[in-house]
Amino acid sequence: MMYRVELIILNKDGVRDPEGETLKRYVVDSTLPGKVAEVRVGKIVVVTMEASSREEAEKLTRELAEQRRLYNPIVHKLQVRAEKVEDGSD
Amino acid sequence: MRTAVIKFPGTTCELDVVKALKVVGAQAEVVKFNSLDPDRYEAVVIPGGFSFGDYLRAGAIAANSEAMKGVREMANEGKLVLGICNGFQILVESGLLRGALLPNINLRFVTRWVRIRVRRKDTPFTGESKDVLFMPIAHAEGRYFLDDEEIASRLAVFQYVDERGEPSPQANPNGSLMNIAGITNEAGNVLGLMPHPERASFSSISPDGSRDGLEILRVFGK
Repeated sequence: MMYRVELIILNKDGVRDPEGETLKRYVVDSTLPGKVAEVRVGKIVVVTMEASSREEAEKLTRELAEQRRLYNPIVHKLQVRAEKVEDGSD
Repeated sequence: MRTAVIKFPGTTCELDVVKALKVVGAQAEVVKFNSLDPDRYEAVVIPGGFSFGDYLRAGAIAANSEAMKGVREMANEGKLVLGICNGFQILVESGLLRGALLPNINLRFVTRWVRIRVRRKDTPFTGESKDVLFMPIAHAEGRYFLDDEEIASRLAVFQYVDERGEPSPQANPNGSLMNIAGITNEAGNVLGLMPHPERASFSSISPDGSRDGLEILRVFGK
């Protein structure tokens, strides 16, 4: 089965994210004044792959990200989420 | 010292580094990233540039390359390893140096001459160096970060300083932790820094005629 796995890479909470801060200050706050507490900008890597289950797809891509440092564990946190691609194409 | 200067796809400073190393009498040559034989060299320099287009993160893809396995081998044998700018980014991405280099706090590519204080003279690179060096920086991802200030302070070799020699916030060009411009490993034989010593090695291209980059490169001539 084909799975579409998203690796979402964000700065850790204690690490400043100037891109998110700028977006909040100049764009978001003027549109939604006083409502938004924080904006974070990150990077997403989408892997479409063959796997026997959603768990396996998530496990393999997490291992890939850890072994080949697709994210930097010193400064980034990683979220992994997979969903089945119904017709086998993206 | 027989010194390899590694060229990855996108490395741009290799010829400047070789030229500066020759000034101090090093036997330096450019070595392509896929043909490094670590046993042939006593030292290695990873020059600046934009290896692999800075894709993913600056230095991240080069850090995964076979060449870096050779560099790691050399580092473990106690040979000298110097990373300049993108080379420094590659060294932290490969784990040979602690910490990380994040996008500059103002999100701009910063290019200017800076003063850096030499905080440690117990490394082979800085043993005979002056206290304050004048060198140019040119980078977008140079904000040094480590989640342990005590370790960062111990490993920091260079700090951005102002004209009075103080590491003031105004002297910090990129938001680095403690104004850190360069660090070493525990053993002291691996050094990474954001400023470019090779661009501060010729009086004809330096604003005040100084050649402070040679202070760091001199060790390769031994």
